[in-house]
Amino acid sequence: MQTGVPRAGDEGLARRLKALACTAPLHDLDARKTRLDWVDAERYQMAEIGLQAIDEVTLAMDFDHGAAQPEVVRRLLPFIGTQAPDAPAGEHERVGRWVIENLINVGSLDRGFAVEYGSLAADGRYVRRRFDFKLLVELAGPDGEVYLRTSDEAINVLVGALDTDVESAQVAAEVQLENLISRGLLGDARLAAEQARYRTVQYAEALRQKLDATRRDVRSVDWLAAVPALLDEALTHIEGRYRAETAILDHIATARDEATEPSRRRQAAELVGVVRDCIQRHTQLQTRLQEAGAVFRAEQDRQQFAGRPRRAAIDVFGQLLRPCLTLHVATAVEPTAAFFRAGTGVRVPSVPSLGGLVETLLAPPSDRDPLGEPVPVPELAPAAPDPFGADRWGRVDAALNTALPAAGRAVRLSALLAEARAADPDLPRLVALRVLHAVGSAVTTARTQGDAELLLAVDDGTVLRDAEYGGADLLVGTAEVL
Amino acid sequence: MSYPGTRSVPAVDVESAARLVAHGMRPKALPARDPAYADLVRRYREDDVFADTVQRIASGLGLVVLAVGPASGLVLAAVEDSAFEIRMDEYARRTVLANRQADKVMHGLAHLAVAALAFPRADDLADDTYVGRVSVDQVDGAVREACRTLSERVAGTAEADPVSDAPQLEEVWRAWLRRPEATATKDGRAGEATTRGIVGKALRFLADQGFLVPVGPDGVYRTTPRYQVQVRELAAQRTFDELLALGVLPAAGPDSLAGVAGV
Repeated sequence: MQTGVPRAGDEGLARRLKALACTAPLHDLDARKTRLDWVDAERYQMAEIGLQAIDEVTLAMDFDHGAAQPEVVRRLLPFIGTQAPDAPAGEHERVGRWVIENLINVGSLDRGFAVEYGSLAADGRYVRRRFDFKLLVELAGPDGEVYLRTSDEAINVLVGALDTDVESAQVAAEVQLENLISRGLLGDARLAAEQARYRTVQYAEALRQKLDATRRDVRSVDWLAAVPALLDEALTHIEGRYRAETAILDHIATARDEATEPSRRRQAAELVGVVRDCIQRHTQLQTRLQEAGAVFRAEQDRQQFAGRPRRAAIDVFGQLLRPCLTLHVATAVEPTAAFFRAGTGVRVPSVPSLGGLVETLLAPPSDRDPLGEPVPVPELAPAAPDPFGADRWGRVDAALNTALPAAGRAVRLSALLAEARAADPDLPRLVALRVLHAVGSAVTTARTQGDAELLLAVDDGTVLRDAEYGGADLLVGTAEVL
Repeated sequence: MSYPGTRSVPAVDVESAARLVAHGMRPKALPARDPAYADLVRRYREDDVFADTVQRIASGLGLVVLAVGPASGLVLAAVEDSAFEIRMDEYARRTVLANRQADKVMHGLAHLAVAALAFPRADDLADDTYVGRVSVDQVDGAVREACRTLSERVAGTAEADPVSDAPQLEEVWRAWLRRPEATATKDGRAGEATTRGIVGKALRFLADQGFLVPVGPDGVYRTTPRYQVQVRELAAQRTFDELLALGVLPAAGPDSLAGVAGV
């Protein structure tokens, strides 16, 4: 066989090129950092920060959400800080944001990356193709917030298994892990455990997509073969992982307790944390796997329940939408535009009235006073005078003070009224009002105001017998505010 | 029976007929809320001469009467190039010139997807009492899932990636899949050029046209009888014919529902 001549269908070349392309945005970060004018970017290793960011986003991914961008930036700060400890925290944050925005590729319409590669067609022709990929993807969460998730491509870049089968990579990682533990290389063991966790995240993501699709339309998901296969595969994965990780956990816990070197001890302790988290993720995935069948049956019951067809109609999804998706963009313009024109109803053209237009145009421009509208002078009405006057208020205060000698003792309202009436015929009204107000004394208000004591009135059911006033003969006393 | 057009119609009836057409032009007017409108609808259904007059007035204006019913009222559609037609160029005005074509297709596709999700099965479209529910989440999610299925079909083959020097030869599903579903904007709203932005615009527009009614606070809409008539009697049929002309669909009647999946 001749070497050096590319063969048709040489997928290995294209696959390696694509894998290589996924790392390009990371290299690009360091290539472009010198152009930043707001930071001395030389001291930051942007590719490292980028990888770290992808790590953080991946670890924060669960069934329902990804991570919100500010949260990811916050978690990145300690890492960025170690690269330039004396730079202000604001700069660290800005660097973190810049890296994430570049990994999303915020400036582009599609928010992703593309790279060109060539392949040989069956007839030996060289065909240029475009590989579109994303690293961090923005998704809308159920609460309308935008979350970040890692794309499959990014997980592959991160994991380093650029062109390997999920299952075999898993087995390799396990073997590696056991080896590493036995050889005492705990730092690498941690990496291997994390890789296993990414696999679980990937299974979880695949399952989530299938369940979402099932909720929309049971028929769109192959529950006969594809989904059971996925469930089986994921269950086998969990089963294997669970057994392996419980064993590892025992192993490392022993290693941690027996280690004498502090750094080794710390590594082992961290690894215990990672493995515990892995086990938790596996359990979470297992719960979802167990519920999957029930989701399918419930949706099938819900969606298959339908009356008899009344007339022939078009299946819009299957007969129109799906075929349209397979068309070339240029070909699809007509059918989609036809649906738009026919499916949006009529537009009533708005016609300006010519008479009104002429009048508007002929109207002289209104004079505008540079000072604006004159400020209206407010009409001030004299305030209603206090019907009692400061003098009477003072006398009531004095009367209440003398009548209520100590906290804890109470006086009847009738007694207070009689006393006041003897002094001044107008005074009882003010006394009655003051006491009435004391019925609803707000202790909290008194406390916030810092009052030492507070007037309290309580109704004990005694009826007030008075010439002017009726109601309850209240018990009036003072209470100390603690 | 003599041909209705040969009869003479009193001028007052012409005025009433024109009034019925005017009611039909108001997207949110409903016979149930307006007794005068309801009377005219009843008359249309009982009086052939009146119905013919209404149709002729509509036709003269460049409109077609799609349906007249007590629930939907008078449902009108514009004939091509009529003054009442809604043009895509006006609808999707704020697009970048460079991907004008792709953008137009995506806006049209969003409307198609809303109808597809509002009436998920052919029976739902045929059943007059069916009320569909749609939301941005549901529509974008379903289209994405359909795109993903298509991408899985070519995964691993040479066709997995599009040809780079002919963007117009790219398949629609690639364009939809590539476009982000949401972007974080400075003011916290969903980006307009995203797929969720495009679907959201379609839903709001249809609500303005009286085809959808918002229910609940979560951006869920329900369909109105007008929308069902519009999709069933005109839009679906016309798109079906277009696809048939392109040779995409097998040349069978629209009632052959044997899971037409694609080319």
